[in-house]
Amino acid sequence: MTDTTASGGPVLAADGTPLKKSLARALRLQKIRALGLIAPLLIFVLVSFIIPIGSMLTRSVNNDIVADTLPLTVEALQTWDADSGELPDEAVYAAFVSDMVTAIEAKQHTRLGTRLNYEQTGMSSLFRKSGRKIKKLDPTTDGPFKETLIGINKSWGDVETWRVLKTHSVRVTNGYFLNAIDMQRTPEGAQAQPEDKQILITLFQRTLVMSMVITVSCIILGYPVAWILANLPARTANMLMILVLLPFWTSLLVRTSAWKVMLQQQGVINEVLVWIGLVADDARLVMINNQFGTIVAMTHILLPFMILPMYSVMQTIQPTYLRAAKSMGATNWTAFWRVYFPLSVPGIGAGSILVFILAIGYYITPEIVGGTKGVFISNRIAYHISSSLNWGLAAALGTILLAVVLILYWAYDKIVGIDNVKLG
Amino acid sequence: MAALTPISRKPMSLVLPTVAAAGGFFGLFVGTANGSGPMGVLLGAALVTAMAVVYIHVLKNEPLAKWITIAVMAVIGFVLGGIALMIVGAAAGWFFQWFIHWLYEGRYRARLLPYLTPGQVLWHYGFRVICGAIFVFLITPILVVMPLSFNAEDFFTFTPEMLRLDPEGYSLKHYQDFFSNNEWQRSFKNSLIIAPIATFISVSLGTLAAIGLSQSHVPFRRAIMAILISPMIVPLIISATGMFFFYSDIGNWLEGALGLNKSFVGYIKVVLAHAVLGIPFVIITVTATLVGFDRSLTRAAANMGAGPVTTFFRVQMPLILPGVISGGLFAFITSFDEVVVVLFVGSAGQKTLPWQMFTGLREQISPTILAVATILVAISIALLATVEMLRRRSERLRGMSPT
Repeated sequence: MTDTTASGGPVLAADGTPLKKSLARALRLQKIRALGLIAPLLIFVLVSFIIPIGSMLTRSVNNDIVADTLPLTVEALQTWDADSGELPDEAVYAAFVSDMVTAIEAKQHTRLGTRLNYEQTGMSSLFRKSGRKIKKLDPTTDGPFKETLIGINKSWGDVETWRVLKTHSVRVTNGYFLNAIDMQRTPEGAQAQPEDKQILITLFQRTLVMSMVITVSCIILGYPVAWILANLPARTANMLMILVLLPFWTSLLVRTSAWKVMLQQQGVINEVLVWIGLVADDARLVMINNQFGTIVAMTHILLPFMILPMYSVMQTIQPTYLRAAKSMGATNWTAFWRVYFPLSVPGIGAGSILVFILAIGYYITPEIVGGTKGVFISNRIAYHISSSLNWGLAAALGTILLAVVLILYWAYDKIVGIDNVKLG
Repeated sequence: MAALTPISRKPMSLVLPTVAAAGGFFGLFVGTANGSGPMGVLLGAALVTAMAVVYIHVLKNEPLAKWITIAVMAVIGFVLGGIALMIVGAAAGWFFQWFIHWLYEGRYRARLLPYLTPGQVLWHYGFRVICGAIFVFLITPILVVMPLSFNAEDFFTFTPEMLRLDPEGYSLKHYQDFFSNNEWQRSFKNSLIIAPIATFISVSLGTLAAIGLSQSHVPFRRAIMAILISPMIVPLIISATGMFFFYSDIGNWLEGALGLNKSFVGYIKVVLAHAVLGIPFVIITVTATLVGFDRSLTRAAANMGAGPVTTFFRVQMPLILPGVISGGLFAFITSFDEVVVVLFVGSAGQKTLPWQMFTGLREQISPTILAVATILVAISIALLATVEMLRRRSERLRGMSPT
């Protein structure tokens, strides 16, 4: 090694390879080792989390069921002009019957009926009832079918039925997303839903507004607490910190049930108010199963998520700054507002985004204390998954919510940095 | 903090109106409870003012004044409404005599900077009262649940017997119900099966990945970090929706192609889903611990002939153990407390404790939930204490090996 440096050629490592190459190899090895350590977890998260989310995204636009169940009909309908106002010709009816006979054998026609029922009520029963009669037809011999089908159910003689079928025969649809924003897919393009079906935009707005109210009340309640925790002597602050951390560690359901106990008509708060005479016994406050209940309970549940980031920011603010400001003639208020508050803004920002992200997707608490007026969009998603079984719409609603959250997440990363998330 | 300011007695013109206002405020509640608010205000103000005058001009002996007040107020409380009011009376008596002397002797100034104006002093204490109220808001719901879980009736509220502190009003029957009811026991057992396995998966994979992430040269570090943290950021309802679709397909495949038992597959699905949810917590806590890890220690170990595996288990692991354990506790509580995902992914056979509580709260409401809640609060206090202990230990260790 000593002679190579002297001769002025490339610097060599102990084994004779050029040092540059040797270092590059070491670096590559280090990178591979690091990736090797990360790989198992990364694959695990990708497979069991990212792919499910991705599959939800595809489900929100996927509409294979019509084209798969009625392939011949869909093809025959291609040539039919939906705007002509006339019924499709015999070829479409024949194709439909032969598709239906196959579908009925595979028991797929009721599923198709359910799918189309999301778009036009009555389709589910139309498919179910007609199915029983179509089963007896033979696609090769029993034609012509146009009159027969209209005889079975006069809806088959209605242009509207065929228009719905044609509109929703595409494999990739924007229909679910249109439904999610209170519109619907029609032959004439996207149109607003009828008034009585428009609830989702309201629900989105309510989710946003209530999340904001919750975030603001968390700021108002969290700021003084974070301030006092950051400014008390360490021993006292640690003791008081327990009061913040205990709710943080307590089960969400415990806290939600506690609020149910507190807020009920016969609950603790009402009993106390009646007992000290502030409220008459027959005029107990209604504090649960409405927006108020949701806001109070969720503010309580999310408050630690606001206090902890604020506290960690405020801990780094020197108390001498305030004293310096005052010594130069600032009043208490000026010193706070012009010196301390701007320094604490990152903490407020971090806490607010965290609380807002958590609040916007909350399900359990609104479900239990929210009644009908205090529920969020997530309750609607759960409803479509488990009760109405309109999974495409649930996926579309979820995708919209996810997009909002990801934008906020990006903002959080810009303001705070994901690496700086601290717990406890 | 030692006394900063020499204190002096305050004039009666300050003391009397202030204590009268406090007494009036307290009297307002007692008064409204007994029918007449204004009467209560007047009586309370008069009583407390009289107390102040007697202490300052007649007794002039603080310990004596304290015990006399507590005794007298307790007796009044007992005569009016039994043991419960006796305790309230004694507490009120103690408070008012403390308040009067605190004001009169000027002790409220002792710990403050000498140059503060009266307005600033008032704000100082007013601010503390506001903070106290917020702390009460934070902690009351949790505290209220505990006594109610010993309710002898099937009510969600305090019965008159309970308020009288009558032993008749209390019982352990909701706890008995929890420990004897099959449904609660099964869900409890399910939680105890699912949470530890999920925790084990997320801790073992998470620790390895955190060690990988803390190396100095990691390609795509930010992107990987973002993916690994995402289960914490994506709202649970969305994770649950995605997992619902995906895991039902996986489950059908496992049952159909591999012929596995249905309930076994159900457990696998829930455990995997919970393990993913716990991973961000492990990553965050372990990477935070690794920041303080002295890298020269591994080099020293390698220098002395230890292989990477020995180095990991004998040198690195013991030092980052606090971080790993607290990450594990976070993962455990995440799984133990999780409802939304298990509600969507699991089937009735995998009903966990939170799920059972959720159905209980939504449908047939039973105070057994409060007994369960109290048990869970006890568990979370134990976990919180463990994490706090580990954090201190970790800080101590870090102090010994600064980077």
